[in-house]
This record gives sequence, C-alpha cells and structure tokens, in this order.
Amino acid sequence: MAKLLPFRPRIAVGMGTCGTGNGSEGVYHAFADAIDKRGLDIHLARVGCFGFCAQEPLVNVWLPGRPLVILHRVQSQHVDEILDDVMMGNIPTALALCKIEEWDHITAQVKYGTGYANIPSWRDIPFFKGQKKIVLRNCGLINPDDVEEYIAVGGYQSLYNVLIDNRPDVVIEQIKAAKLRGRGGAGFSTGQKWDFLRKAVAEKKFIICNADEGDPGAYMNRNEIESDPHSLLEGMLIAGFLTGATMGIIYVRAEYPLAVHRLERAIEQAKEYGLLGEDILGRGFNFNIELVEGAGAFVCGEETALINSLEGFAGRPRPRPPFPAQKGLWGFPTNINNVETWYNVAPIIARGPAWFTETGSAKSPGTKVFSLVGKVHNTGLVEMPLGTPLKTFVYDIGEGGVGGRAIKSVQTGGPSGGCIPHEMFDTPVDYESLAQLGSIMGSGGMVVMDEDNCMVDVARYFIEFTNSESCGKCVPCRVGLDKSLRILNRITSGAGRMQHMETLEELSRYIRDSSLCGLGQSAPNPVVSTLKSFAEEYRAHIEDHKCPAGVCGVQPVGETA
Amino acid sequence: MRPATTNVKTLKIDGRDLSGRQEETILEVARQNGIFIPRLCEMEGLTDVGACRMCLVEIKGQNRLLPACVTAVEEGMEVTTDSERLQNYRRMILELLFTERNHVCSVCVSNGHCEMQMLAQRLGITHVHFPYRYPKEEVDASHDRFVIDHNRCILCTRCVRVCDEIEGAHTWDITGRGIDAQVITDLNEPWGSSETCTGCGKCVHVCPTGALFEKGRSVAEMLKRRQFLPYLTMMREENE
Repeated sequence: MAKLLPFRPRIAVGMGTCGTGNGSEGVYHAFADAIDKRGLDIHLARVGCFGFCAQEPLVNVWLPGRPLVILHRVQSQHVDEILDDVMMGNIPTALALCKIEEWDHITAQVKYGTGYANIPSWRDIPFFKGQKKIVLRNCGLINPDDVEEYIAVGGYQSLYNVLIDNRPDVVIEQIKAAKLRGRGGAGFSTGQKWDFLRKAVAEKKFIICNADEGDPGAYMNRNEIESDPHSLLEGMLIAGFLTGATMGIIYVRAEYPLAVHRLERAIEQAKEYGLLGEDILGRGFNFNIELVEGAGAFVCGEETALINSLEGFAGRPRPRPPFPAQKGLWGFPTNINNVETWYNVAPIIARGPAWFTETGSAKSPGTKVFSLVGKVHNTGLVEMPLGTPLKTFVYDIGEGGVGGRAIKSVQTGGPSGGCIPHEMFDTPVDYESLAQLGSIMGSGGMVVMDEDNCMVDVARYFIEFTNSESCGKCVPCRVGLDKSLRILNRITSGAGRMQHMETLEELSRYIRDSSLCGLGQSAPNPVVSTLKSFAEEYRAHIEDHKCPAGVCGVQPVGETA
Repeated sequence: MRPATTNVKTLKIDGRDLSGRQEETILEVARQNGIFIPRLCEMEGLTDVGACRMCLVEIKGQNRLLPACVTAVEEGMEVTTDSERLQNYRRMILELLFTERNHVCSVCVSNGHCEMQMLAQRLGITHVHFPYRYPKEEVDASHDRFVIDHNRCILCTRCVRVCDEIEGAHTWDITGRGIDAQVITDLNEPWGSSETCTGCGKCVHVCPTGALFEKGRSVAEMLKRRQFLPYLTMMREENE
C-alpha cells in the first residue's frame, strides 16, 4: 500500500503498448530526469493502460489525501509545468481528464481522497459512464511489474482462500453458479470445462491460457496482460489447484513483446514470493506456468491448432471430437481458456457467484471487454456488462461518429464477425443475440463503420484476411475462401455480375457448414451479413459500376463521376 | 438394457439397423455393410485427418455435419449418408478441387483410374461453375523412378501420412498455408536429392490422383496398387 498511496505525491505514467506508441516512454523519461534534476520528493511509477486510447498518453497524479487525477494527452513539454503544480500542491487542471476518489479493485477498495470540485469524476465522463471494471479492475492503476502493488489491492487473496479451504468441488460449483462463460467467443461454461478436467483421470493434465489474440483491431488481451499480468497467473493457479492440473502454459503471440516481457517478470516475481512453483503458500500445492510464444498464425487461436503448435507441429487444426478435455496436449486432458476468462476467476471467488450474476444478462452474466475502434469519436477499451445494447457503445461510450458523420454499421467479433446494420443497434450485446444476427461475440472486437466505408470492400478485406490465414488443410476453407475473394475482387473492381451475389451466398453457406474448424465455419460471416443488410451496395457496384462510399476503384462505365 | 461394459454400439445408417465396435468410425461401419460414402483423404491403414470433407454425413439431432472418417459410432446414432444437401456439398468440393489446380483428365496418367474423376462421374459432374485458377505449378521429375506433378495434387496428405506412418521416413510434408500450401520432400528440396526417401513408392500408390506416378507411364497408364496397405497393417498388428 505504501507504494500505491505513499506519503508523498505519486505520478504514474500509462505505459502499455498504446501509451508508448503515443510517446509515453518519452514522457516517463522527462519526468524521471526532471525529478532527478530538481531533487523532488515524488514517487514516479509505470502503470498499464486505463483504456481511453483516444486520449493517450495518460498520466495519473495523486497527492496524499486527494483524489487520483488522470491527465490526458500529456507530452514531454508539459512535464515541468505539471511538476511545478504538483510541488505547489496543485493539479494542472488544463490537462485533467477526470478524478477518481475511490476505486473498487473488487478484491480490495482503495480510497484516494476527496477534493477538486472543478474536475469531473471519472464516472461522469461519457467514455467511462456505464462501464463496470471487473476484468480491468487493476489496469492503469497498479504497476504491472510490481507484485507488491498487486498484493496491496487484494491480489492472490482468492488463491490463498481457495488453498486454505481446500474444497475444490465447492469452488468449481461456485464458478458454475456464476455462469462464467468462455470469453474467447464460443461462450462455453467455464465451470463445466473445469469439471471435465477435474474428473479426467490421467497421469498429467494441462491448463492453457490462449493469448494468441490475432483479430485485426482487437487488443483486449494485450492490454490485460500488459497492465495486470498477475491476475492472469492467479486465475490459472486457482484453476490448476481446482482441476488437479500438473502444468499451466500461456500461449502468447510473439508480436506482443511487452506482454511477453511483463509476463516473464510476473512469473519470476510470483516464484520469488512463493506464489508459483513448489509448495505454493506453504500448502503443499505444486504448480508451474510456462510461457510459449506463438509463431504468428491467426489459426493458432483455434484450440486444436494451438495444441499442434505447442507440440512443435504446424498450426493446423485437428478434428473434434476428441475434444482437448479428452485428448489434448501430448494426448493428455487439457483445458484451454481465453485470457479474459482467467481474469474473472479471482473476483468471482472474492465476491461470490451471486455478486457476479448481478451484472450482465441472465444467460451471460458478468462483463466483457471490447475494443471499440474505427470511425467513432472515442476509441479505446471498454468493459461493459453483457447484454448492453449496441447503441450504448456507439453513441454513449463512443459519442457517435467522427466529425458527426453518420454511422452505418458495427462489425463485432473480429475478422469472422458479421456487420450489424444501424437498424439493429438496439440488439443487446451477448453471445446469443449476436449469433442470431449472423455475427459472433468473438473475443470482443468492435469496429465502427460510417458512411465513408464501403461494405463490399469491408467484406472483401476480411475475406482477404481469413483467406490468407487459412491453414489449407480442408477444402472448403482453402479453396472456397479463395473463390469468394476472387468474386469480391471482381465486384469491387467493377467486373461483377448479378449472379455473383447468389454464388457468394451459396459458397458461404457451404464453407460455414463443411469447414473443419472455427476459422472456416465463421469466415463467411462478413459476406453473409453484408449481403443481407447492404445488398443495395453490392447492386450499385455491379449494376451501376459505382461505389456509393467512393472507396472501390470501380471502372465507371458511360459516366464520369 | 445392455450391460454397461459392452463395447458394441447399435446405430442406424440410412435407415438400416447396424452395429459396430465402439472405437470404429461411421465410415468403417458403413464400408463393412456395403454403404458407399465418398472420400478422398481417408485411406484404410492410415490415420484419419478429416480434411477433404467429402465424407460429411448428417446425424439426427446434430446441427453440424460431421466427417464419417473421424466420427466414432455411438449408441442410437441415426446417420444419413446421402441427401440433396450432402450431394450438393460434395459436388461443390469436387468443383473447387477441379478449379484449384490444373486437372486435365485427357492428358493425365491416371485418366480412368483416378479417385477424384470417379467420384465426379458418380456425382454427375459435367462442368464446373467457378472460374479456373490456372496456377503455375511445378513438376518435379528429379527422382529416378517417380514424378510429382503439383498440378494434379489435391493436398489429401495421403503421401505424407503413408511415408511417416508406414514407411517411417517422413520425406513428405506440407509447406505454406491456405491456397499456397504444397506437399514437399524433405526441406523443400528436389525429390531426387532427398536423403530420407527410400524409394519405396508407397506414396505413389496411395495418391488418389495422377499427382504422383511412376516414370514411363503415359496417359491413362498409371494403375495404382493399394492392396499392400491393409496387408502391411494387418501383418504388423499380428506381429505386435
């Protein structure tokens, strides 16, 4: 606690990949140099990301007894001015975005202080209004490289309680009662999955964290790991104990160097503190977590391809059944969960299933982190209760289109999600409702498109992506997507025929029904959904040789635009 | 009620009451009972990969179509191996395969003996309604006795599996992904300079098309002999 709330001012710079991309590395060093040069008594720290990407770099300033203030768009030239203010006991109001008087870390509460009547509370900022931070409870507030700060906000307390109680059955029932569902997109009951593994009898059992986040424009998992790696370790440790797993593996993208670095550090520290390895917390529980870096194939996010990759083979999926819970890594029972699923574990144990089911919808309790990107005013990571209508994301959190342009559609669930048209924005965002609209929850990507986006081109772009990421094992995905892409290329270049729309539909249905793995089964979603909701745009390309949004280079015939 | 220890499963395939052992697949049980399910990547004696999707069948109560070659029989299962939807999808697979590379039957060594050609005839395919891709594919004739013509390869991976599982050489593998995937010998070296290839020719004889063939065979002359595989597997099992 002395580090989070020291007896002197604390300045913390948000240094996730998003922050450093906006220059927070320079800001941090400017602070360090200036504090050093002026010999100031200020605690300087690095933290993760608080989620409001459009306003990066973010810096938190805390003076003892006062609320934590988040400054936005801080550049190196602001540093001297900020330090002057802080030493005078003031806050640079011009840069202030919002204040936090107290924070619910779920596993603990932190009271920062009161004051600053003229700075809005974070709850009153449209981007944060309605957000409920369970998964992101620590992100941007604690130093991810310091296990002591994690422990100070109640970290590893749930693990401790689970180990002391030593009633794995009861705890698994709690996870079931909380109705926690897989946050990787498929939405399978996590408690049930763990129960399968617990009941499996084998010499070895594995649990795997799937951190191979490959969707373009999605970075939930990256930020979660970069900002709060210990929550992931705690979730896996708890599951390891409950299911009797002998080893945990985190399969993380090699393209996330900072996440890899922070995890390595977190694992090292957890071992140092007796939270990982032999005889954890003195309770005789042995468990190790290993980090494996993926080689950059999108399909390795599919669980059987991931297992193949871990075994040293090419990342190509295997037919299921047998499911990994029966025959997974090296043939042993294996449980795979997405990064975000693991982050929900400690809070459920700390507060109980009844607390968890208060949030979200009846079938899908809890929250989900979405990366709200695209043509929307406020972009960033938002954690909302499941079942929140889509329009809340776009118009309340996102504050509408950039420059007041009309929003046309939102694509959810990454490259294999469907495009949901404006008329359907009342749809609650949960697993079932999105599936009904021909889209998916996926891992939580949310790409907003406005009138300047051509929906045919959007479909073409995503098919281009899934086509290049198809492993090539099964015919429908390998050849079918290639055919779809060729047809879409013809349409966007002005060489389309009306029967192409029918062919695309037929191909899509076939790819969906007969592909081997989830990649192929969901890849046609962008085509199917745009054919359904934006057929007139296809027709405009084909019949009028015009791209209504002015994106595609269709050859104008007869008329010059 | 049957005792719980039984390992015999009774099921219905196309309305017929049949039974199989619990580790058997739908395809195996269907084959034993003379029910034809088309397939291209599956081969008796090799592990099944479920890649070609020709053997997809409908199972009552299941939304998804399941590949018969890797789906184990279950008590009370009701399987349909032939329906309009399945026929359409199978035709689609063949059409996609025919347009993927350069399959020109009239000049192919396997004309008349090709598994893909036979399935196409059986399913009544007379033309394809997708454009051909006409990729530039290579022919590797560097081996003394055999040739690989990538124009005719459908990536069923039978050669990869037979070489690894039966011959134990693992000369063949796949490189690349998606539409660019290719079978290769060793680390993508000419077949002729492969150090692992034993020259046994098993790959040639399991190949369903004319992609792998013996030198000196002209159009329609390449007959493939498959009998060795079940025989080898049986003898090995007996030895164990």
